[in-house]
Amino acid sequence: MVEPFSAQKYLRDIKPPFCAGCGGYAVSNTFLRAVHELGHENLRRFVFTSGIGCSSWIPSPHFLADSVHTLHGRSIPVATGIKLMRPDVDLVVFGGDGDIVGIGLSHFIHAARRNLDVLVIMINNMVYGMTGGQVAPTTPYRTKTATTPYGSFEYPLDAARLAVTAGACYVARWTTLTLNELKESIKTALKMRGFRFIEVVSQCPTAFGRRAGFEDSAEMLKWFRTNTITLNQAGRMSEEELTSKIVVGEFIKRSKPTLNETLQKSIEEARRQDAED
Amino acid sequence: MRVVTKSLITKQLFNELFRFKGQNLLAQISRLNLVPARKTSLRKKPKGSTTTYFWQGNEACAEAALAVGCRFFAGYPITPSSEIAEHLSKKLPQKGGIAIQMEDELASIAAVVGASWAGAKSMTATSGPGFSLMQEGIGYAFMTETPCVVVSVQRAGPSTGQATKCGQGDVMQSRWGTHGDFSAIVLSPNSVEEMFKLTVRAFNLAEKFRTPVTLLADEVIAHMRERATLPPFETLEIIDRKKPQKGEKAFFGLKEIPPMPSVGDGYNVVVTGSTHDEYGIRATADPQIHRQLVERLNSKIQNHADEITDCESYKIDDCEIGIVAFGCTSRAIYEAAEVAQKKGIKTGYLRLRTLWPFPDSAVRKLAKRAKAIIVPEMNLGQISHEVERAACGNARVIGLNKIGGGELVSPEEIVDKIVKVSKENG
Repeated sequence: MVEPFSAQKYLRDIKPPFCAGCGGYAVSNTFLRAVHELGHENLRRFVFTSGIGCSSWIPSPHFLADSVHTLHGRSIPVATGIKLMRPDVDLVVFGGDGDIVGIGLSHFIHAARRNLDVLVIMINNMVYGMTGGQVAPTTPYRTKTATTPYGSFEYPLDAARLAVTAGACYVARWTTLTLNELKESIKTALKMRGFRFIEVVSQCPTAFGRRAGFEDSAEMLKWFRTNTITLNQAGRMSEEELTSKIVVGEFIKRSKPTLNETLQKSIEEARRQDAED
Repeated sequence: MRVVTKSLITKQLFNELFRFKGQNLLAQISRLNLVPARKTSLRKKPKGSTTTYFWQGNEACAEAALAVGCRFFAGYPITPSSEIAEHLSKKLPQKGGIAIQMEDELASIAAVVGASWAGAKSMTATSGPGFSLMQEGIGYAFMTETPCVVVSVQRAGPSTGQATKCGQGDVMQSRWGTHGDFSAIVLSPNSVEEMFKLTVRAFNLAEKFRTPVTLLADEVIAHMRERATLPPFETLEIIDRKKPQKGEKAFFGLKEIPPMPSVGDGYNVVVTGSTHDEYGIRATADPQIHRQLVERLNSKIQNHADEITDCESYKIDDCEIGIVAFGCTSRAIYEAAEVAQKKGIKTGYLRLRTLWPFPDSAVRKLAKRAKAIIVPEMNLGQISHEVERAACGNARVIGLNKIGGGELVSPEEIVDKIVKVSKENG
C-alpha cells in the first residue's frame, strides 16, 4: 500500500521548468517522497546546490529551502565551502551528467577523494539537454546528437564506477523506471555520511530521444527496461555484452571519516601545537 | 598574537646577517628602491601603541586576514602568491578556521563563495593565470552579492610568462576580466604595511558592499620583507555584513545593499547567478528586472566611488609635472619627485591605493594643474589610458612602460622622463 503523499509542502508555487515526459519530474518527486518518509516535515536541515542544466532546476528555485544555483560545473566546490563552514546542515547536490561529470568532473573526483559529506544526485539524460541536445560525456557510442550528426564517436563515461574508484562511501545507479529502488536508495544515502553518489538514468525525449530515434518518452522508458540489468547480472557478462546496458544497483556502501572530521582533527592538532609553542 | 620578528633585528644586525657581494643588503635593497628610505616621514604614524613587525608582504596579507576575522581560505598554489596559502594553512586552524587547497582555481573561488554563504569571511589568493580562471567565479560573486576577497599577486604575463618576476599587467583584467556589466573594487598596496592595511580594507569593503573585492598586489610587494608598524589589532575597524531581521525576505534588492542571510539559518534563501528579482527568484527574460538588478549592482559601487577611492597625493595642486603610479612602481616616485624638485621642476604625484573605481576626481585635479602627467607602470600601458580619460585633455599623459625580468622602473628613469617632458613643455 502506498501512503498518500503530496510534494507540495516542500515546493514553492512556481511552475516546473521541465518538458512533457521529462524524467526530472520523477526524480524530484522521488527525492521529496524519500525526505517525507524519513520524517522531515520541511527542508530546513538541507542546503541544496546545483549547477547549470535542466536537472539543476530541481531544487532551485522550486524547493522551499536554501539553495545555491551555482555556475556550470561548480555545484560541488560551492557545496564544499558551505559544508566546511556549516557542518550542521545536510548538503545535497543536484546536477546533470554534463554538469557533474563533464565540466565539473574534477570536482566530482576530488570531493569523493576527500570524502566530502554530501549527497550528489546526478540525473543522467545522456545529453546536453538545455542547450539543445549536444553530445555529452555519457552519450552512448554511435548515438546521434546535435553535435554528432553521424553518431557519437566517443565512448561514454561510467560515473558510478568512477565514484567508487575515487573513494565514495555510497554509490548507486537507478533509472526513472526503478523509482522505488531510487527512493529507498536516497533514504539510505540520506542516513549515511560521507560522499554519496546516486546516478539516475533519465529520459529526455526532447533533446535526446528526438535525434536518437525514440518516438516519445514511453519509447525511451521501454528502451531502459530492455537494457537495464542488475550488478549481479553484469558480473556474468563480457565487456562487449555490457556496452549499451544500464547497470543498476548499489555499487558500494562503506564508511570512513568525512572531510569535516579529518579537518577537525587537523584543527585540534594545530591548536595543540599552538598551545605548546 | 605572537610577533614573528619584531624590530629585534636592527639595521646593523640585519646587515651583519646578510652580506651580499661585499655590500650590505639593506643598501642593495635601498638602491633598488625597495625601501622608501627617507620617505617614511610622508606616512602618517598610527596613533596609540603601535607594534612593528618584520614581515614578508604575503605574510602581512595573511596576518591581516586573520586579524579581520577571515575564517575560510581556499586556494591553489601559484607563484608568487603561495605564501599566503601556506601561512593561512598554518594559522587558520589555530583559530578554528579552515584553509583548504582545492583542485584548481575554479573550485577555489567556488568554495570561497560557498563559505561566504555559510556566513564566513572568506578569501582566496592567486596570480595571473589563476586570476584568469577565477573570473567567472568573481562575476558570480558579484551577481549573487557574495562578499569575498580575492588577492591576486601580479607576475609578468601573458600566459605563464615569467612566473617569478614582477609585472603589473592585470590592471584591466581586474576591472573587466569577468563578462557582462560589472563594477570592480580593486585595491593596490605599495608596501608590506599596506598589504596588511589594504587586506583589512578589502574585507571591510566586501562586507559593506556585499561584493567581491580584489587586492591587486605584485610580486615585489608580496615577496619583499620590511617593517610594518601597526596599531593593536583590537583597534582595527572591522565591518561585518548586515544580517536580515527575522521575517525579512528580500535578500537581493529593495535596498541599495540588501541584508545577507546565511544558508542553514531558515531563511529559504535562493541564490542564483541568473538574473533574479529581489527575492532571488530567477527572471531570465524580463527586461525590467534585469535592468533593475544589474544597474543596482553597479551603482551600489559607483555611487560610493568617493568613499572607496583612496590616493596618496603630493603637491598635485602646485606642479608642472605630475606622476600617477601604483604598486611597486610607485615606490620610485618619492625619490623621483624629490630629485626633480631639486632640479627646479615642480613635481607632484598621485599614488593610487585603489585602482577601481578609478579616482577620476583626483586625477582631474592634477590634470588641471600639471602640464603633463607621467604614468610609470610595469606593463605596456594600462592605467595610463584611465589617466588620459580622467585628464580630459587638460594635461598631456605620457606612459613610462617597462616589462620583463621583473625590472622595476627606477627613480632615475622617472627623473629622466620628467626632465625630458619639462623641456618639451618649454
